[in-house]
Amino acid sequence: MKTQYDIAIVGAGVVGSFIAYELSRYRLKIALIDKESDVGLGTSCRNSGVLHAGFYYPTGSLKARLCVEGNSLMKELQKYLQFPMKATGKLLVAFRKEEVEELHRLKEQGEANGVELELIKGESIGKLQPGIEAMMGMYSPNTAILSPYGATIAAAETAARNGVDVFLSTEVKTVKKEGDFKLKTNNGTIRSRWLINATGVISDKFSSMVGVDGYKLYPCRGEYHILDKKLAPLVKMPIYPVPAKGVSGHLGVHITPTVEGPILIGPSAEYIDDPEDYSCTLPVMEKLFEEGYKLWPHFTRKDIIRAFSGIRAKPIPPGEKGFKDFIIKEDLPNFINLVGIESPGLTAAPAIAKMIKKMIEKKEKLTEKENFDPYYRGVKRLEPLPEEEKERLVRENPNYGEIICRCEKVTKQEILDAINNPIGAKSLVGIKYRSRAMMGRCQGGYCLPKIVDIMEKEFGLKPHDFYLHKPESWMFGGRLR
Amino acid sequence: MIEKDVVIIGAGPAGMAAAVSAKESGVKDLLLIERENKIGGILNQCIHDGFGLHNFRESLTGPEYIDRYMQKISQLGIDVMSNTMVVNLNKDKVLTVSNPSGRLRIKAKSIILAMGCRERTRGAISIPGSRPSGIFTAGVAQRLMNIQNYSVGKRIVILGSGDIGLIMARRLTLEGSKVLAVLEKLPFSSGLPRNITQCLEDFNIPLKLSHTVVKIYGKERLTGVDYAQLDERGKVIEGTTRHLNCDTLLLSVGLIPENELSEEAGVHLDERTMGAIVDDTYQTNIPGVFSAGNVLHVHDLADMASMEGKKVGIFASMYIRGEIKEEKLYDVIAGEGVRYVLPQKISTQRDVQLLLRVKAPIRDHYIVVRDSKRVIKRRKVINMHPAVMLSLSLKAKELAETNGRIEVLIE
Repeated sequence: MKTQYDIAIVGAGVVGSFIAYELSRYRLKIALIDKESDVGLGTSCRNSGVLHAGFYYPTGSLKARLCVEGNSLMKELQKYLQFPMKATGKLLVAFRKEEVEELHRLKEQGEANGVELELIKGESIGKLQPGIEAMMGMYSPNTAILSPYGATIAAAETAARNGVDVFLSTEVKTVKKEGDFKLKTNNGTIRSRWLINATGVISDKFSSMVGVDGYKLYPCRGEYHILDKKLAPLVKMPIYPVPAKGVSGHLGVHITPTVEGPILIGPSAEYIDDPEDYSCTLPVMEKLFEEGYKLWPHFTRKDIIRAFSGIRAKPIPPGEKGFKDFIIKEDLPNFINLVGIESPGLTAAPAIAKMIKKMIEKKEKLTEKENFDPYYRGVKRLEPLPEEEKERLVRENPNYGEIICRCEKVTKQEILDAINNPIGAKSLVGIKYRSRAMMGRCQGGYCLPKIVDIMEKEFGLKPHDFYLHKPESWMFGGRLR
Repeated sequence: MIEKDVVIIGAGPAGMAAAVSAKESGVKDLLLIERENKIGGILNQCIHDGFGLHNFRESLTGPEYIDRYMQKISQLGIDVMSNTMVVNLNKDKVLTVSNPSGRLRIKAKSIILAMGCRERTRGAISIPGSRPSGIFTAGVAQRLMNIQNYSVGKRIVILGSGDIGLIMARRLTLEGSKVLAVLEKLPFSSGLPRNITQCLEDFNIPLKLSHTVVKIYGKERLTGVDYAQLDERGKVIEGTTRHLNCDTLLLSVGLIPENELSEEAGVHLDERTMGAIVDDTYQTNIPGVFSAGNVLHVHDLADMASMEGKKVGIFASMYIRGEIKEEKLYDVIAGEGVRYVLPQKISTQRDVQLLLRVKAPIRDHYIVVRDSKRVIKRRKVINMHPAVMLSLSLKAKELAETNGRIEVLIE
């Protein structure tokens, strides 16, 4: 194993992965390290999947600047990284007078941040998004929806194809500064000249491990319901309430179409102790249903196909109001801390990556690689292609003709490409996020056994090799006979 | 584009029987499409016996039952296209299908929808808690065990007392796993009485009625569940929550007819059956498109799905010959005590067998068929149970003078 690096990025969420992708343009030896079995398994795969425009944050803040910048950078990078994204715009709706006032304030703030916004009234609201009646609405044309895990995987895998070493299931146990940073992990020792803390919801603890105390994050869980994609034609864009005044970072329970079709309702906001407790709870599930229904009363319980939760890296303790900005700074020489990267972290990720690059560039000259390939070359989805293109691909490759996941129409070739990823992710969840198999309305009822069959027959997996998201999340006890 | 007289989508118990009867009724240009390599559908994984008691007068395993049809299908020279998924169906009866040799378009004069159903999942019933591995729907576990030879776990809790769950309770016990309990949220089981006896009682597996799982534990693999008793309105009774340590939870919480293709084509569905709305020829609102088996409504037995398929094969052949004309149709409505009734529309031009399910178990009551003026038929049934489909035959002449809006109710 190569153990000497120029840059070690700890945490392969969307932020870490975009930093890796950005830095992989240069002649640097880079390690991207994550304790989980795949990239993006924390908050990056557990959010609304909205590319924000940048009107929620005080003018001049990092959140405002990086969100606005990230919005356009993400759209630009999507051309190369090919993750699913759709320019939908977004609608904020006000039902009460105070909310209308807040809407005016948000518009002013947004425009100061350089965001295009439009206030709308009456029938125009329903024209923009049928089924909504409100006192006033605000339309944000630059908001988009994207696959957050799709973006993370594309960035990390493309970084890997450009020479970044991705260490999965690798947990950093201690960090020592002995000239270089010396990272002891369960997977050997990694040495690096630079160390970047992109550990998200545990970035306060990681910072302490490196020797920088004083940061404190408060894990704040958000639960969601996922509704069947047959409702997709009814929801044209994310529908948000006006956020409660003074509460930073929680944008309120919203209805969001996902770029793949299913609709999300959520998230809730609940402070918890364990930064990895991705449970869903009955009272919250009930409340989400009610709040979602208030906003957009066009679904029933039968439409729910799944619930999930994600955890925000909140810098503000329970009960307190106010605004706290992202912390992005070189706290020790060559140690860059990213702490409290909550929403809009997904949107800001490519802008954060550029900022990190500049921070490094201030201290040393970066030389571009001649052979950098900016394009994602992983799973190519068949379903979105026009019929003639599908026919051509099946003629060329019979594996595109065999449909494994019936709900999302994922073919055998896409499953094979997902399993053959360049970073060695081997879990069922990894296949799911790369191919969309098992993510539809039957939740793997049809395709799970078929995927197991492919992994067994074509990749030689034994019963004990199968796991859901962590090696301990085993699927099978063994053979029956 | 390939042209066919009759295309049958799905070669399970209904589709196989429909293919055989359509061919025997004179349809020459017939195609049976199956997404798996083998025909037979879910019967392939049903290695227990009890199939064929009605259709073959003997108890067969799932694969044996398939074999009976397979023989007829090959004797009759029926064209089977396996390993082929229908990816789209439109209102003009044009199918887009995909298999490793290509994507094709097929235009059919008549289509029999026989796609079967899928299992309801954890998401559909919203169980709180974490999201570990070790939670399977019963049918998936059955396939993984019986066809793919995997052990799914050792300490098992089964939620839902549908037939697949009951069969799996026995199957897992026979493989050395410990089935701790079968929980059923309703005060009665939705499984067949014979399965309660043969799969639970004979193996001393406790069936806890009016109980459900209220929380799931485990970050990686499932470590346990909380379950609790429910009151008559389905709310948790305080103080009844108990914990069970287990590594596996099987869900047998209902089946959903797989009608996405039907919906794409514009077939109207019944909210209660979640299957197509059909008339007394099993024809949907799209002329020439028929529906049979579990995709139409969830049956108790494979035999029943086959019997329905057989009838529909004959109707499809009549349609091809131009023997089914446009007829005036009357609505049949599920009244008091009836969960659903099929067909939802009748012509009164022919004899019809009404199929229905009651909402709750009930004894010594009458099934009544009436229109707004008179009672058409009234029959006493000693024992009625939601798990057991009821049938009632009506003669065309009994229906002849109806003024419409026929209601079926329990009295």
